[in-house]
Amino acid sequence: MSRALRLLPVILVIWILIAFTWRLIQPNDSVVRSHLVNREVPSFSLPSGIAGVRGLDSASLATGEPRLVNFFASWCVPCVAEAPILERLKQQGVKIDGIAVRDSPEGITAFLDRNGNPYERIGSDQSSRVQLSLGSSGVPETFVVDGRGVIRFQFVGPIGSADVPMVMKQLEEAK
Amino acid sequence: MRALVLSVALALAAPASADSNLPPSYWAYRQLPDPKQEAKAQALMQELRCLVCQGQSIADSDADLAADMRDLVRRRIAAGEKPEQIRAWLIERYGDWISYRPTTEPIALPLWAAPIILLIFGGAIVAGRLKRKRS
Repeated sequence: MSRALRLLPVILVIWILIAFTWRLIQPNDSVVRSHLVNREVPSFSLPSGIAGVRGLDSASLATGEPRLVNFFASWCVPCVAEAPILERLKQQGVKIDGIAVRDSPEGITAFLDRNGNPYERIGSDQSSRVQLSLGSSGVPETFVVDGRGVIRFQFVGPIGSADVPMVMKQLEEAK
Repeated sequence: MRALVLSVALALAAPASADSNLPPSYWAYRQLPDPKQEAKAQALMQELRCLVCQGQSIADSDADLAADMRDLVRRRIAAGEKPEQIRAWLIERYGDWISYRPTTEPIALPLWAAPIILLIFGGAIVAGRLKRKRS
């Protein structure tokens, strides 16, 4: 057997070790991104989350102008931190709809009383079915939906004040 | 000292609940009445990744979202949908990552080809040795 062939196993082992080390050094990215970005919002229809506020259905998202669809829940701690930012976006004229995940009317009411209500409409997604059908994996998560009802951007996690310019830019691009 | 007090306080603090107060969805912890359908659902649930506890299957995970995914799988199987349709529906949304079964897309070609290549390689070595012994 030639010398080069004998060295092959050693080279293979070194190569595998390098691959393992490289993967260990890489920071673990556990963010799940929806593959439905740039696709139409899957059809859904959710009943209203609380009395006096309209529910949400996919057909009514195509309003001719971009808007945000925000997945939130009263049991979600980061959503509390996100609430004032959504309020600020609303004051800047951004239209926001909410989808309350696995929540009760009492829970949602208490949450909005305490943290403010930036939502035009609130759909109640009691068994996470709409969340799953949009390719979302947690709360809070925010989708930018353009005027034709196409998902243009997904923001995973709470929107912080530093993220506002980026979200505004995404909304602008979705026009 | 301060670090000690802080760590004791942290250990004693009630953890913030990241789970909802709603009861689990209907089919989350319930088997389908038809054993054949339940077996199909089980097999699929073992191969779907939990979106929250990302190393577990939805059959093993106690996360709310995994429970809702089991509800979705059982509900659709009960409605007559094929397991592969449900898998495809989820892959469309979350990518191949959601399924533990390796894909047949070109990217997984080395994975499928490796056993064959290794077998040929090993066969060649054995053949070489046998020939040398005889001569």
